[in-house]
Amino acid sequence: MTASTLDVPAPTGTVGEPVLEIENLSVDYGYTDDATHVLRDVSLTLHRGEVLGLAGESGCGKSTLAYAATRLLPPPGLITSGSVHFTGRDGQRTDVLRQSDAELRASRWQDTAIVFQGAMNSLNPVYRIGRQIADGILAHRPGMRRKEAWDQAASLLEMVGINADRLRDFPHQLSGGMRQRVMIAMALALDPQVLIMDEPTTALDVVMQRQIVEEIADLRERLGFSVVFITHDVSLLIEIADRIAIMYAGDIVEDAGAQDVYRRPRHPYSAALLHSFPPLRGERRELTGIPGSPPDMQKMPPGCPFAPRCAHVTDVCRQVRPVLGPTALADRGGREAERSVACHLHDADLEGIDGTLPADLAR
Amino acid sequence: MRFAVRRTIFYLITAWAAVTINFLIPRLMPGDPVTALMGRMQGRIDSNAEESIRVLFGLDTGASVWQQYVDYWGLLLRGDLGLSFTFFPTPVSEIVQQALPWTIGLVGVATIISFTLGTGIGVAIGWRRGTWADALLPITTFFSAVPYFWLGLIAITVFSVTLGWFPSSGSYDRGLVPTWSWEFVGSVIYYGFLPALTVVLSSIAGWILGMRNMLVTVSSEDYVTVAHAKGLPERRVMVGYAARNAILPQVSNFALSLGFVVGGTLIMEMVFSYQGIGYTLFQAVNTQDYPLMQGCFLVITLAVLGANIIADFVYAALDPRARQEG
Amino acid sequence: MAQDTTFTEEQAAPERAVEHDVDDPRRAKRFLFLRNGKALTGLGILLFFGILAVVGPWIAPYDPNQVSADLLQPPSWSHWLGTDHTGRDILSQIVVGTRGVLVVGLIAGVSATVLGVIVGVTAGFIGGMGDETLSALSNVFLVIPQLPLIIIIAGQLPTAGGVTVALVIGITGWAWGARVMRAQTLSLRKRDFVEAARANGERTWRLVLAEVLPNLTAIIAAGFVGTVTFAVMSQVTLAFIGITPVSDWNWGTILFWAQNNLALQRGAWWWFVPAGLCIALLGMALTLVNFGIDEFVNPRLRSTGMNARLLRRRRIRPRIGFTPVLRTPPDGRPDVGTTARTTRKERS
Ligand SMILES: Nc1ncnc2c1ncn2[C@@H]1O[C@H](COP(=O)(O)OP(=O)(O)O)[C@@H](O)[C@H]1O
Ligand SMILES: [Mg+2]
Repeated sequence: MTASTLDVPAPTGTVGEPVLEIENLSVDYGYTDDATHVLRDVSLTLHRGEVLGLAGESGCGKSTLAYAATRLLPPPGLITSGSVHFTGRDGQRTDVLRQSDAELRASRWQDTAIVFQGAMNSLNPVYRIGRQIADGILAHRPGMRRKEAWDQAASLLEMVGINADRLRDFPHQLSGGMRQRVMIAMALALDPQVLIMDEPTTALDVVMQRQIVEEIADLRERLGFSVVFITHDVSLLIEIADRIAIMYAGDIVEDAGAQDVYRRPRHPYSAALLHSFPPLRGERRELTGIPGSPPDMQKMPPGCPFAPRCAHVTDVCRQVRPVLGPTALADRGGREAERSVACHLHDADLEGIDGTLPADLAR
Repeated sequence: MRFAVRRTIFYLITAWAAVTINFLIPRLMPGDPVTALMGRMQGRIDSNAEESIRVLFGLDTGASVWQQYVDYWGLLLRGDLGLSFTFFPTPVSEIVQQALPWTIGLVGVATIISFTLGTGIGVAIGWRRGTWADALLPITTFFSAVPYFWLGLIAITVFSVTLGWFPSSGSYDRGLVPTWSWEFVGSVIYYGFLPALTVVLSSIAGWILGMRNMLVTVSSEDYVTVAHAKGLPERRVMVGYAARNAILPQVSNFALSLGFVVGGTLIMEMVFSYQGIGYTLFQAVNTQDYPLMQGCFLVITLAVLGANIIADFVYAALDPRARQEG
Repeated sequence: MAQDTTFTEEQAAPERAVEHDVDDPRRAKRFLFLRNGKALTGLGILLFFGILAVVGPWIAPYDPNQVSADLLQPPSWSHWLGTDHTGRDILSQIVVGTRGVLVVGLIAGVSATVLGVIVGVTAGFIGGMGDETLSALSNVFLVIPQLPLIIIIAGQLPTAGGVTVALVIGITGWAWGARVMRAQTLSLRKRDFVEAARANGERTWRLVLAEVLPNLTAIIAAGFVGTVTFAVMSQVTLAFIGITPVSDWNWGTILFWAQNNLALQRGAWWWFVPAGLCIALLGMALTLVNFGIDEFVNPRLRSTGMNARLLRRRRIRPRIGFTPVLRTPPDGRPDVGTTARTTRKERS
């Protein structure tokens, strides 16, 4: 029960089945009537063995979504409705939002582990890192001896490329990249089925970013967990994600295969976002930022939140809020039918929309 | 061990500063009350003791200030603090030596109890933020604003005058001989209970509020959320992650506010006529016994300095970052 | 907090982290402070004592020094708070004594704050050896117990009247403020706008006055309030142990007379309870103002919306690590966003 568990992928259930289903999740900040409604009926499904990228500008609610789905959102966060179903290896489906504290505590880290935004503050500064990895293990393996847990922590560290004698270091003795690796090792300690990573590379330099991303991809191959990879940098996702969901102002505006989003964005925001990052590899293209800034969530205008910044805005966009649905090109068949987008341009039934997409959204 | 060296230098400087302040105060004061008193004591002070007092209070206007300063240090290093006027001809050092253990016993023990208890309660209240526990805050705030000595007055009125449970003054039954007997120790505890209780009651509020605020602040750190995400038991998160970090600033505040707290609690000795340094200082002030005043101040400062050193060690033991070299 | 320095970041709004202050920036910050219930309560009490300090001598029913035949009388209609052992009216002593307490508190507070700001900001700004020296000096003053120091200084002064005591308190009590001020200045100094002003070759003292000090207002205010609290307590304590002239009326003097004339043993509670309560009330008001400032500076301490009754009604238990889930949606709240939304799949 030490290193061996890490190398042999555990039985992971059927690949492609949903493992985490977020349905109509709504989240407020504040408990009073003037609370900020940050998420409104957000739905998102993570499939077994999949790497799902979640991208969008800062402040669009990516972290909120991840923390709400695990019920780790700090006060004044409040989940006002929705469900989050987790399907275990045995096929049992549970609603995380209805679990009692004890059930939640027992399932955490075993089912879903998180790597937080900013590894700098994720480690307790006064405990040795070995102890911090081991106490997570011991909390879920009541019979295990301390020594065993430390041994396991050592092999976890080696798995992410850190020498095991670092176990006795304190967090302040490690570099930023090392701390992030420690966090990843810690998250994998109990062989979770879902790993949520919130901007795991943001604070790191480009070289370190690449290393970590490659390492995550590599570990996933070996261990077979599913990943939600959150970042504001879409170009990183092309490297690692199978599927990408783009968020804007608390809504998922596009959800499709990674290559599809990258090469053929269907939402004006996705297109704009892709143009604001240099691709890690492949052809160089001209960078253009997105004019304007995201709306203030405290007073959201009616209609599409992206309307004020959108190049293709129509009258209906300013009045009716679009919801996720099939693209206008769904009849192309194939992968196109599996995509969804929240944009009125794709809805020919609406008044003032003729059903022909602008060229950059119809590739 | 750069940390230790730095701290040692700091403490040496502080000790030097305290002594120097003690040297300067009587010399900077307008008027010359000591000369007048010496006049009254004419003939009763032997020449040796008179010499000490002259050095301590700068009456040797003939010598240069530097020479006075050197002589002053010479006296201190020999443990000569002059003679008390009030308890003539007892040396100040002897009086101080007798009073100090009582103060350390009363103020020291009560302060430690207060700090420990207050920190614990602060953790409990801070962790249950937004519940009934918040209702304790206004009461705590009130207690933190009550002057120490007034709480002493109230305690005497209630517990000794009205209820008659505890004596209102003194530190042990005067009918007993001070020895290490059960009877005597029991009497000391009995007499010390009320003053200690008052010290605890009046200083605990500050520790509670400080720790509560630190805990609230630390609880929103990422590593606390990580601990929850790991599914650790609630107690472990609260103690090992939140409180364990929140206590660091609490300990350094303890060191820094020690002077303040000790100052306040010394007044309690005056209210209870408890035979420690505070009460001695009070008597000295009332009888204008300048050598005794100076001696008390010096000893109080050095004692607080000592407590600071201990607090520093505790801090270094608690925080690995402080121990780091360089 | 992770630092986002990528391309979009410069154009998008700066990231507002979960714990960040997310109040509407358009609401002026000043009003935020005044909306704080604690600060308001504290300021209200302070205002009351302030008025009392000004008009006290005129509205006091008696001359506080006027002896009468009503010796040690409990509260009655003619003496609302009773009389002392020589028949002097205690209410009048309290009312007249308010001025002494506040004046000393104010003078000491102002002098200590000015000293603290000068030392702290200078230390933080010049850095190097000067900083080391000044920091060591303030640390020394922090370690030396103030009250005994004040006692021996005041005890050796021939006349230790109110103003003298206030100045002594100010001169010994600046260290805490200096320490906080230095830390803040250090962190401010590295901020962009100060660096920018520096690069533009602005004069140092102008820089300090125009860029640094305004940003320290809250901290300075907190230090000031803290020092006033300490000054009031010290002064009352000194009066109580009889170091300051017992003819200067303040609340401590009343307690001095009470203690020395066996008020406790005689059960004359009206003699020492009201004066002590006044001190506690004033102290509490100052503490509340400081809480207000603390919450203003540290948003994590703010309890916005944490109204216990409201939370109970909505069955919310705000906790870290276990986000509450609303089970019964409160009535009357419009379900935002869903009215205009029908699924496209349903329609087609
Ligand atoms: N405590 C809070 N109170 C009110 N609004 C908040 C709070 N924390 C975050 N928000 C808002 O929620 C939105 C989403 O934030 P977040 O989930 O951190 O975005 P992301 O992770 O995509 O950068 C932001 O617009 C932010 O302003
Ligand atoms: Mg985020």
